Amino acid sequence: MLGTLMRFLPIITQIFLWGAVFSALPTGNGSEGRIVGYSYHDMVAYYLLTMLSRAFSSMPGLASGITREIREGTIKRFIVQPIGLLEYLFFYRLAHKLVYYSVAIVPFAVVFYLCRGFFQETPHGLVWATYIASLVLAFLLGFFLEATLGLLGFWFLEVSSFLFIYMLLSFFFSGHMFPIDMLPEPMATVVKLIPLQYLAYFPAAVFLGKVQGAALVTGLLVQAGWVIVFAFLAQVALRRGLRHYSGFGG
Amino acid sequence: MPQPLRYLQIFATFARNSLIRDMTFRANFLIEFISSLSWVFMNLGFYILIFHYTPSLGRDTGWGKYEFFVFTGTALMINSLAGMLFMTNADNFGELIRRGGLDFVLVKPVDTQFLVSLQRVDWSSSGNFLVGLGLAVYSLRCLGVWPSPVTIVLYVFYLLCGVVILYSLMFLLAATAVWLGRNETLFDFWFYIVSFGRYPMEIYEGRFGRPFRWFFTFIIPVLVAINVPSRFLVQSIRPQSLEEWLLPLYTIAATVIVFAVCRAVFQLALHSYRSASS
Repeated sequence: MLGTLMRFLPIITQIFLWGAVFSALPTGNGSEGRIVGYSYHDMVAYYLLTMLSRAFSSMPGLASGITREIREGTIKRFIVQPIGLLEYLFFYRLAHKLVYYSVAIVPFAVVFYLCRGFFQETPHGLVWATYIASLVLAFLLGFFLEATLGLLGFWFLEVSSFLFIYMLLSFFFSGHMFPIDMLPEPMATVVKLIPLQYLAYFPAAVFLGKVQGAALVTGLLVQAGWVIVFAFLAQVALRRGLRHYSGFGG
Repeated sequence: MPQPLRYLQIFATFARNSLIRDMTFRANFLIEFISSLSWVFMNLGFYILIFHYTPSLGRDTGWGKYEFFVFTGTALMINSLAGMLFMTNADNFGELIRRGGLDFVLVKPVDTQFLVSLQRVDWSSSGNFLVGLGLAVYSLRCLGVWPSPVTIVLYVFYLLCGVVILYSLMFLLAATAVWLGRNETLFDFWFYIVSFGRYPMEIYEGRFGRPFRWFFTFIIPVLVAINVPSRFLVQSIRPQSLEEWLLPLYTIAATVIVFAVCRAVFQLALHSYRSASS
């Protein structure tokens, strides 16, 4: 619990950093300075919201756990036992998240309460519904994406370098440091095409009303599409991998 | 042989042994080297992006793009030195206590804190130091100001003060392992506290910022560790008030005090050490 609260400490620096950035913006005709449509309050709210997105989408230890099972050979229990590996991991992860966040909700609530001033308007019912849908999809996407990466272990045995690249890319391109709209072209277009933005950026942008109307519907559909793609890839990787698998270890 | 020279020689041996060890697992060394560099470049990318939109950090603070990059270069140098020299050792200290390995350190005729603090040098962080140095030099060139030799001497001096401050805070927390047994959360704590100092102190403004800045200047002096040396290099950050004139002087006092406190707590911790069953 103390650990979770500590994870919020960087928020302090971020709030002041953005404060400093926005205070230096040229403000014409009395309007508040904005960066790609985000006011100072939006920016801080955005940062807080991506922390929430990542609470859903980040899967610490999932991929490396799968590779370890492959390397050490313990994965064969899933061959002989009547449970699917992906199903087992999925419900394990779900339960873990539920238990963890039923406790961690307290520090989250405290932080959001303290920072409530940064949320200028609360979204109406429909936005709430789509927001929650996008969070659930973010969880699913995070799970299947990392599971696929972990299952690559059938062919590579050590996937930590893949994971590192994944972590690095998602640090920058999932938008958890800043809204990805800030990226210059052509990077912004590329980033909008790859699935990483749905792990952090998209839910937060939905909540703040940055994505509306048709774009909202398309975004949600594309997000769901990516979930299906990676769920499929994970299944294929598992099936092919098990055929490839030669059972190392005891 | 005079004492300081002897210690220097011991440290050189540690450094050489660590280098040999790192070079034995060369691939691993290279991966760590590259991965820590990648994080640095990611962060730099973020800063470049920020300055794409804003002329400076804070209104009229003087922290423009290249001024800030001098700052970041300094921060990189200080952090990588602290990481390179002490981080692995601080991590290891908890282990020494849990397993009773500290017994073997205590019987050696060398200062225990010295031995515990410097046994391993993590050479893979040296890349960050070089990037920091390069960044600072490059940014100074872009600014078109070259510091005088005196400034450089002062800069290096305050850079080392910064390293001492970070070291003292780190081992202050590490020493508590004697009482707590496990203290990994405390290390995260160190990391987060130190990350407050990664930005110019001017950003901590306003109703909450002012007390915050005061606290992390005078109670836990992390803000001075990087700010004070950087200001020597960046000429546009001129001291405006008496307070800012006194800051460098204060930094020396803060360094001495925080190191003394660290030393005292460490000695106290050693007295409470009860060894571990073998």
